[in-house]
Amino acid sequence: MAAKGYVEISVECCKGCGLCVVSCPVKCLEIKKTDTNSFGLHYSFQAEDKCIACKNCAIVCPDACITVYKKTV
Amino acid sequence: MREGYEVVYKRPKSLIETRMHYCPGCFHGTVHKLLMEVLDEMEIVEKTIGVCPVGCSVFAYDYMNVDMQEAAHGRAAAVATAISRLHPDKYVFSYQGDGDLAAIGTAETIHACNRGENIVFIFINNGIYGMTGGQMAPTTLKGQITTTSPHGRDPINAGMPLKMSEIVSGFDGVAYVERVSCNTAGNARKTKKALEKAMKISEQKIGTSFIEVISNCPSGWKCTPVQSLDWIKDEQIPYFPLGVIKEPGK
Repeated sequence: MAAKGYVEISVECCKGCGLCVVSCPVKCLEIKKTDTNSFGLHYSFQAEDKCIACKNCAIVCPDACITVYKKTV
Repeated sequence: MREGYEVVYKRPKSLIETRMHYCPGCFHGTVHKLLMEVLDEMEIVEKTIGVCPVGCSVFAYDYMNVDMQEAAHGRAAAVATAISRLHPDKYVFSYQGDGDLAAIGTAETIHACNRGENIVFIFINNGIYGMTGGQMAPTTLKGQITTTSPHGRDPINAGMPLKMSEIVSGFDGVAYVERVSCNTAGNARKTKKALEKAMKISEQKIGTSFIEVISNCPSGWKCTPVQSLDWIKDEQIPYFPLGVIKEPGK
């Protein structure tokens, strides 16, 4: 079964603060420690396909770089 | 977009598509975003005028796609008074930090609130002068270590932290006072509701609204953004309790 939702995180906009990672109730976001964006900052990404589209990460994101998608019934 | 999915949350239209200069994890960005969401949802972007302070959010006009005016340090309340009197049909908000609103601009803020001007104050309280390098502010907590209080704030010399929300809630001209935070997703949602309520009170012209946002400063507090959330929860919120302090009709 496909996940209820998924998120898209703008790599260039993200500053890797990690607030989305701690706010995610299903712990599907992580900071990419092995790569950086063009500003030299680590960025967060969706590591596991179990997003429930609760929007918590997008609401706490200070840089407004998260778009949340939810499965249509 | 993947097939079978719809967008349920995206960057608000009124937040200009650019990269903000704030440090990673700073709540300024969160509050900018929530404010722009409220204006978008109420469809009042064209009818809103904002006033920028001096401080980290001095370039807020680069991020918010509404009419904005920069004010001299601490004088945002006075400038917002003029704008709200000249344009009584507009929504006027003043976006200020604690160095601006609670330190150099205390007099302007208190008198604007006492006169009951139709302004929405958004007060970002992070307990430190973030822009200038983390000096002690009037809202710095007792015992908090900053660059100008290396042994912690001493109440004998510096007094206790200023509770601006409690101060302004005593004035008859003030209609709505609430203290919120953005440290969790739940609190961020409450912040959005508070901003929406303040804008609706501004529409009814029944007095000043004052929203204090307990904010963080990872750079000034010398911690990571995630550690700053714990500091807010364990240190700031016990001294600055969240919740509605005053609302119309009560």
